[in-house]
Order: sequence, then C-alpha cells, then structure tokens
Amino acid sequence: MSWSQEELVAAAYAVVFVFVLVYVAIIAAKLARLQRETAELVELARAKGREGS
Amino acid sequence: MGCALVLALIVAPEDADQGISQRIFYIHVPIALTAYFCFGLGAVKALLLLWRGDERYDLESYVAIHQGTIFGALTLITGAIWAKASWGVWWTWSSNQLVLFLVLFLFYCAYFMLRYSLEDGPRRARSSAVYALFGVALIPVSFLAIRLAEDFIHPTVFTREGPQMSGSMFATFLVSWGAVTLLAYVLYRVELAGKRLDADLRDLREALQ
Repeated sequence: MSWSQEELVAAAYAVVFVFVLVYVAIIAAKLARLQRETAELVELARAKGREGS
Repeated sequence: MGCALVLALIVAPEDADQGISQRIFYIHVPIALTAYFCFGLGAVKALLLLWRGDERYDLESYVAIHQGTIFGALTLITGAIWAKASWGVWWTWSSNQLVLFLVLFLFYCAYFMLRYSLEDGPRRARSSAVYALFGVALIPVSFLAIRLAEDFIHPTVFTREGPQMSGSMFATFLVSWGAVTLLAYVLYRVELAGKRLDADLRDLREALQ
C-alpha cells in the first residue's frame, strides 16, 4: 500500500491526538471510579457515625 | 496545542528538501525531547527517594517514567511514519539513534515488569528507584548517538552552529515544544493526583472497616 506524503503527515498528528484522547478517557474513567468510591466511603463513615451515637 | 498545530501545519514554510513530510518534525522532536525529560525526571525523583527516603518520591518517579514511556511510544510511532515519508521504510536497523531509542524505550518498559513483580512496599520502591537510575545513563547515549556515531541517515538539525532551519521554522518548533511540555506536565499532575487520591481512599477504607 502506498501512502502519500500528506497522508503520512496527517497520520503522525492523528496518532498523537488518538493517544492523548485515549489517555484522557482512561483518566476520566478512573476519576469517575474514585468519585463513586468516595461517595461509598462517605456513606460508610455516616453509618459508623450513626452506630457510634 | 491549538496554536502549535496551526503554526506547524499551516503557518510554517514548507521545507525545500523534504517537502510537506518535514512538518512531522514539529511533533516528533518535541515528543522525543519530552520523553527524555520525563525519564530524566523519573531518575531525579528516584535519586531523591534513595537519598531522603521519602515514599512520595516513589509515586512521582513512577508517574514520570509512565509518562516517558507513553511519549517514548509516540516518538517511535511518529518517527516510523516520518521514516516512511523520508526514506521509504518504516524502520531501519542501520540508524544508531533509532536503535538506541528503542533500547531506551524497552528498558523503561521492563521497569514496569520489575515494579509489578514485587510486592508493594519499601523494597519495591528502592528496587524501582535503582532501576530508574540505571536507565538515565542511556539518555545521553541515545541523545548524542547521532553525533557520536558516523550515522547520516537520521537528520541532525541542531548543530554547534545552531539550528539548521529558518527563523519561522525554529519559532514553530519552540511553540510546539512548549505545547507538548505543557501537555506532559498537565498529564503528569492529573495522573499523580489520581494515584494519590486512590491511595488515600484505600487507606480511608481500611481505617473505616
């Protein structure tokens, strides 16, 4: 398969863009998980507080 | 990043020798320099861990090396694309700089294998730090390979006489370098914050249960 110079330049920039996009998506998924875990821990802490009082 | 893209793809003049494919230079070289910087930062943090014994440097070293590996992979991919455009092949084993960068990249890939083969704790932190410090010796070798070896396949743009390009091309390169460095810094801070938050939540869960 032959690639034109323009296609190769576009491919180089597209690869970087896709990498950054995937990285940001992974970080966003992780932040969503941390947010869920934080909410669970808040609930757990409140339940412990109610048990204690 | 947007400004760098406009400069690199539209404003910067076309190279008389390489034509449009030279525009890959504005993304490939800043990414390669950022990869070197991240590996170097990882080694500095590793040295601080061994010197001061502060555990927080372990995570900082790990995140810097992780960033370096991502940027290293991008360097290899964009370099292969540029090689195809300039030399007609995706890869050549006869270029010392290419091979040495691949060795550097694989060395840091093995860092993760070492790290995850050990249990979490001070031993893992120290072993990872020592490994990261060994890797930093490869950075100047890889960086200077093209000047040390008689290799004329990979282009040398920055010589003792200064950058071998026009003023506007050099300005475009500097803006692109700044943008990629800023991107790497933001990704580093976000990943580090995420990892620290993850560790804090784990501690909190243990304390509550």
